[in-house]
Amino acid sequence: MVENSDELNEKLKKVYEQQRQNLVKMKEEFLQKKDSYEAAIYTCNSTGCNSGGAGNVIDAFRHSLEIYGLQDRVRMVSTGCMGLCANGPLARIEIKGQKPFLYKHVDDMLARLIVAEHLVPALMLKKGETFEVNSFLKEKELSLELPFFTKQRKVVLESLGHSDPEDFGEYLANGGYQAFLKVIDTMTPEQVRKVIADSGLRGRGGGGFPTAKKWELLAASAPVDGEKFIICNGDEGDPGAYMDACILGGGSHAVLEGMMIAAYATGATHGWFYVRAEYPLAIQRVELALKQAKKYGLLGKNILGSGFSFMADLRYGAGAFVCGEETALMESLEGKRGTPHPRPPYPTEKGLFGKPSAINNVETLANVPVIIRKGAAFFNSVGTETSKGTKVFALTGKVKHSGLVEVPMGTTVEEIVNEIGGGTSSGKPFKAVQTGGPSGGVIPSQMLHMPICYEELKKIGSMMGSGGMIVMDQDDSMVEIAKFYLSFTVDESCGKCAPCRIGGYQMLQLMNKIAAGKGNQEDVDELVEIGEVMKKASLCALGQTAPNPVLSTLRFFREEYEALLNKIPEEESKKDDLPLVSPPRRECLPTGCQDCSACKTGK
Amino acid sequence: MVKLKIDHIDVEVEAGTSILDAAKKVQVDIPTLCYHPDLEPTAACGLCIVKVNGRMVRSCCTPVAEGMEVLTRDPEIVNERRTVLKLILSRHPNECLTCLKNENCELRKKASDFGFRQDNFKKIALSHDEAPLDTSTRTIVLDPRKCILCGRCVQVCQNVQDVWALCFLNRGMKNHIAVAGNIPLDESPCIKCGQCVAHCPTGALTEYDDTGRVWRALMDPDKYCVVQIAPAVRVAIGEAFGKKPGELGTKKLYSALRRLGFKAVFDTNFGADVTIMEEGSELVQRLKEGKGKLPMITSCCPAWVDYMQKYYPDMIEHFSTCKSPHEIVGVLTKTYYAEKMGINPEKIMVVSVMPCTAKKYEIRRNETMFSSGWQDVDVSLTTREISRMIKQAGIEFDKLADEEADSPLGDYSGAGTIFGYSGGVMEAALRTAHYLITGQEMKDLDILPIRGIDKGIKEMQIDLAGKTLKVAVAHGTGNVNKLLTVVREAMEKGEEPPYHFIEVMACPGGCVGGGGQPVGVTDEVRRLRTQGLVEDDHRSEQRESHLNPDVQKLYDEFLEKPLSEKAHHYLHTIYNAVPVYKR
Amino acid sequence: MAEDESLEITRKAVKKWKDKRGSLIMALHEIQGMYGYIPWEHAKVVAEEMGVALARIYEVLTFYNFFKLESPGKYIISLCDGTACHIKGSSSVLQAFSDALKIKAGETTPDKLFHLQVVRCLGCCGLAPVVVVNGKTYGRVSPADVPAIIQEWREKEAGVQESKDNQKQTEQGAA
Ligand SMILES: Cc1cc2nc3c(=O)[nH]c(=O)nc-3n(C[C@H](O)[C@H](O)[C@H](O)COP(=O)(O)O)c2cc1C
Ligand code: SF4
Ligand code: SF4
Ligand code: SF4
Ligand code: SF4
Ligand code: SF4
Ligand code: SF4
Ligand code: SF4
Ligand code: FES
Ligand code: FES
Ligand code: FES
Repeated sequence: MVENSDELNEKLKKVYEQQRQNLVKMKEEFLQKKDSYEAAIYTCNSTGCNSGGAGNVIDAFRHSLEIYGLQDRVRMVSTGCMGLCANGPLARIEIKGQKPFLYKHVDDMLARLIVAEHLVPALMLKKGETFEVNSFLKEKELSLELPFFTKQRKVVLESLGHSDPEDFGEYLANGGYQAFLKVIDTMTPEQVRKVIADSGLRGRGGGGFPTAKKWELLAASAPVDGEKFIICNGDEGDPGAYMDACILGGGSHAVLEGMMIAAYATGATHGWFYVRAEYPLAIQRVELALKQAKKYGLLGKNILGSGFSFMADLRYGAGAFVCGEETALMESLEGKRGTPHPRPPYPTEKGLFGKPSAINNVETLANVPVIIRKGAAFFNSVGTETSKGTKVFALTGKVKHSGLVEVPMGTTVEEIVNEIGGGTSSGKPFKAVQTGGPSGGVIPSQMLHMPICYEELKKIGSMMGSGGMIVMDQDDSMVEIAKFYLSFTVDESCGKCAPCRIGGYQMLQLMNKIAAGKGNQEDVDELVEIGEVMKKASLCALGQTAPNPVLSTLRFFREEYEALLNKIPEEESKKDDLPLVSPPRRECLPTGCQDCSACKTGK
Repeated sequence: MVKLKIDHIDVEVEAGTSILDAAKKVQVDIPTLCYHPDLEPTAACGLCIVKVNGRMVRSCCTPVAEGMEVLTRDPEIVNERRTVLKLILSRHPNECLTCLKNENCELRKKASDFGFRQDNFKKIALSHDEAPLDTSTRTIVLDPRKCILCGRCVQVCQNVQDVWALCFLNRGMKNHIAVAGNIPLDESPCIKCGQCVAHCPTGALTEYDDTGRVWRALMDPDKYCVVQIAPAVRVAIGEAFGKKPGELGTKKLYSALRRLGFKAVFDTNFGADVTIMEEGSELVQRLKEGKGKLPMITSCCPAWVDYMQKYYPDMIEHFSTCKSPHEIVGVLTKTYYAEKMGINPEKIMVVSVMPCTAKKYEIRRNETMFSSGWQDVDVSLTTREISRMIKQAGIEFDKLADEEADSPLGDYSGAGTIFGYSGGVMEAALRTAHYLITGQEMKDLDILPIRGIDKGIKEMQIDLAGKTLKVAVAHGTGNVNKLLTVVREAMEKGEEPPYHFIEVMACPGGCVGGGGQPVGVTDEVRRLRTQGLVEDDHRSEQRESHLNPDVQKLYDEFLEKPLSEKAHHYLHTIYNAVPVYKR
Repeated sequence: MAEDESLEITRKAVKKWKDKRGSLIMALHEIQGMYGYIPWEHAKVVAEEMGVALARIYEVLTFYNFFKLESPGKYIISLCDGTACHIKGSSSVLQAFSDALKIKAGETTPDKLFHLQVVRCLGCCGLAPVVVVNGKTYGRVSPADVPAIIQEWREKEAGVQESKDNQKQTEQGAA
């Protein structure tokens, strides 16, 4: 012990006090500054809109504001994803006392026009006067009254389109880190786990495992070498799903806060973000959040004098879907091939680097601060009997309003596709939606009234998955879709276990054959035979679920398969059969002939 | 202890036991392909599926739990196993007739157990099948087309042997067994230990077949073929002819070799006795005269030599310079024996029958392997190859009468025979070193603390004329790192060496578990074979190398004395640093 | 750049990660970031510095889609074939690129200028089909847009060459 430990403690106390005050100060400063503006331009600066040119739009807005000398009166905010990505770049104008106004497909020209024709006149209004945008701008309006906006219930996504994810003060002002402070100041880890248990939160990464239960398991495991880990799974390899990318990109602090609370509740000492390398924006924002949190004393030893210590690091994936699987993810973090290994031992007993670890999805963690702040009841009053809260979906494919949506669990397919999504983009009849990505299955149009929740989806051979939702219309071939997903899982199989590696490949060959019109009834039977065995005998969930798209389309759209059978006569189809396993290749050994007789047969 | 039910029968096993092992207690042998008792289960094949409380799990890697109800067989399980096997076969060539592993291929056996009558799924061909066989090492052959990706070889090469030559490249269907960068094995860190071959369930990894060359030499009237058998071969050769591991087949093997047409049948054990004379004297020299570095390290295992040359080049001066026993017999055959018999050494073909794949590499390792003026050993065969030759010749091995080896390179002491197990070289050396230092025979010749396979590293201190000799024995190259690190640290600090003498054998268990032995080695088999050698030792008239009369004669007639100039020329060698990767 | 010099740079980059846990993949990212791929010699340096076997490095390099063992060319065209893009017709866009550049997915043009690769979901599915060329994103791409995209980068390349030539000329002029 240091001799004058009292003195030291006194000093430290002051430091912690100062740190807490800093947080309050940051928040107040932000609010004051925000209050000093009369209006704000919110421009979506997330991946989708960015690739549509949001960067230029923001520059144009800035430039125009300067020209009109409005830079001190109008606040420019680069936000996270606003949701309706297909109409991006999006920009929302909010003027004190007036209704917010959303513009779609904004480019730099339009941005200048908005400043000149909308902001400038609107800011000049005298009391009592009202303002209408001109007809040209009106055409560019995206009504905020659309069911797309009104029908959603945003919890996780709430702040995404409304704040600057890089502004730490803004996060604090929106209630950020209040949950964390509440937890370390007033609650025991047991109490935290209890609140999460009461809320009914289940994992959003696919499996739907009760989060509190996972935390209980980790809490019960003794640390190894003084360490326990909490891992944030931001691998999101499911093609066509980008919820986690947007949540991390637009709300990395919320996820970090969720992780910190999880750590407190479980005794974890270190956190790891495992983020897909294809998501540069998410990576950048997580990095920033970690830096800011460190800077303001929210990460480190004895955080704010609470006695709780926690650090977190960021690591990237490198393009392997299977690394979303827990055991593979840990292998990958350890610098190895991402091959899953059998459980037990479960990660909560023996995980990353052999130490107890719990893995949580991005969205799962993002829900945690809200639950702590607003209480379990706020969360579990929404949803169905067994699936609580809201779920974020990436609504894509042939749907009019394609984008990120968040709805209460139990919302029907109909509501999501037809109301929020505005029906098919082609106007042609809706045929099916695929949920759960390559692990999931289809929901056919006759099941439009099915509520979306873990159990119902499982019942029909699909799954919640991480939240991809692909809408298909009359033109889409179900055989093609199933083939597409299968080719994805075949590509992404780690290749360790025979059922998945070979079974998936064989199924894909059969699908190719059928799609080419060369298949017959036996091929369909074989598909089912292999598929059923893959489900049981594959080592990890990738292989266990890989046949789902085929089996599920076979279940609901068998006639589409049958229509393709025996289109091309057998002799014809044999012509371009693959060769058998290539002939053995011997080499004359340097020590002399081995009697292989290859030289005689010419092979 | 955990109580559970397997197929409705009560079983009680230790906690942590796998379902697979527990099932053996009720006489159920669940089919497996990727599992090997030496290794951690990788759970790759999916054949060993059973049902636990209605759920399918892999039995090889699932530990038992209290109250578990396991079903190892029902229509669903059988169907699942059949389909998995059918899938594996759809990615495998039907080449059993011409496959070196066919007799003990685990895949072939499973296929025949399940009784398939045709290929069920269409065969899959992939581009990496086109890669030619890797024969570059001339010791082991890799045919990736026959690989079922069980991962055993990778685990052995990386974790057990700590060599890291083999690895998996790519993923999914393109996943295959290879060397980093897809280079040939010969340019890789491979030390030719053959442990991958010994653990591979299929014909994807086999020895480099040299039997053709030996047959041709035997048929050649101009050649004078001489053969010798290594210590560990005698306790494994019977396995190919229905005997149990560990059963001594020495004398029947002599007889069989003679019938194959070898003109003289020698025994490597004789060479082992000579090795001890040289190595023992070398140790005494290093201890007493301070000539050469301590600890001295054994060098009779070529895979180990290759390992050290690659991974510890700074320590090769610690090697004993003495050649390995079969090289000694080789060079003596082409010099001493040839002279004695008046045969032109050029006509002599020396064939070694070894438990080892690395000896195939050793015989050409450097110029000292040609010290007779010709290549001292012409061909090195494995136990498996010689078994095949005996079968080809139609010799009914088990019915043969016992015969003796030929003089003057055929008689051996018990010390020579125990070279075959881990700790044996050390034991033999200590027996003679004791005599050389104290002038007296050791009282109890069984030095148990360094014998056997229970520990990877075995240490002991032994009192020799008031001086304490500290020795260590390691088997499996994965175990040497720890040992050599201690030595290196002491050296760097300029401290007294922590050991005086170290024995290393590359293969777990020593040569009894060598890469050229009948495949399917397990600890059980290693123990039985070790036991066989112990019996051979106990049965021997002389159990110390220096007491072998033929060895004494050799020195009298030819070499003068241990470490003489002549002995140095013929029986000693040099080592060179070798890069881990050639490129 | 001289070989030794670039190896030194790699060595330095790896040193940064060496003592951190779970950092092999990060170090490899960093090297690929510098050279566009991971050459054998550099992989060996990583093995040495990180104290991992080269076999492990190659196991990792060949497992993950992201890493390349050969130089992929200057402009990397990543075409998304995630579900959303697939449904919206990414296959025909791929075909258009293939036809225009006369290479298949995963290949590089003989002049090493363009590398065509298929990726799965770039996280902007709302804009499907999506193509990214050296970090620049193109949304709602149709086969008809393909020639223009290629042209844009060809022009850029020409510009680079020109400025290089200019620079050379001025250098020569100065000398
Ligand atoms: C092939 C495969 C891919 C997965 N990908 C992801 C992923 O990208 N993100 C994720 O959060 N979970 C993914 N999961 C699920 C995770 O393994 C794990 O269940 C989840 O991260 C746990 O977090 P949660 O309990 O919060 O849902 C995947 C699972 C499998 C089998
Ligand atoms: S199921 Fe597929 S991804 Fe999972 S371990 Fe087996 S081969 Fe790998
Ligand atoms: S039979 Fe012919 S091809 Fe085969 S090893 Fe002998 S010489 Fe070579
Ligand atoms: S590896 Fe086995 S199954 Fe394959 S060809 Fe050889 S003996 Fe037959
Ligand atoms: S077992 Fe059958 S296939 Fe094989 S050699 Fe005999 S007859 Fe021919
Ligand atoms: S012979 Fe030994 S070192 Fe070489 S690949 Fe096989 S196991 Fe590895
Ligand atoms: S070479 Fe043999 S041991 Fe190695 S993975 Fe293939 S089948 Fe298994
Ligand atoms: S231990 Fe024996 S069998 Fe194994 S490599 Fe060494 S000498 Fe050969
Ligand atoms: S990215 Fe801008 S709305 Fe989603
Ligand atoms: S033996 Fe259990 S999975 Fe192969
Ligand atoms: S599917 Fe192409 S960007 Fe998501």
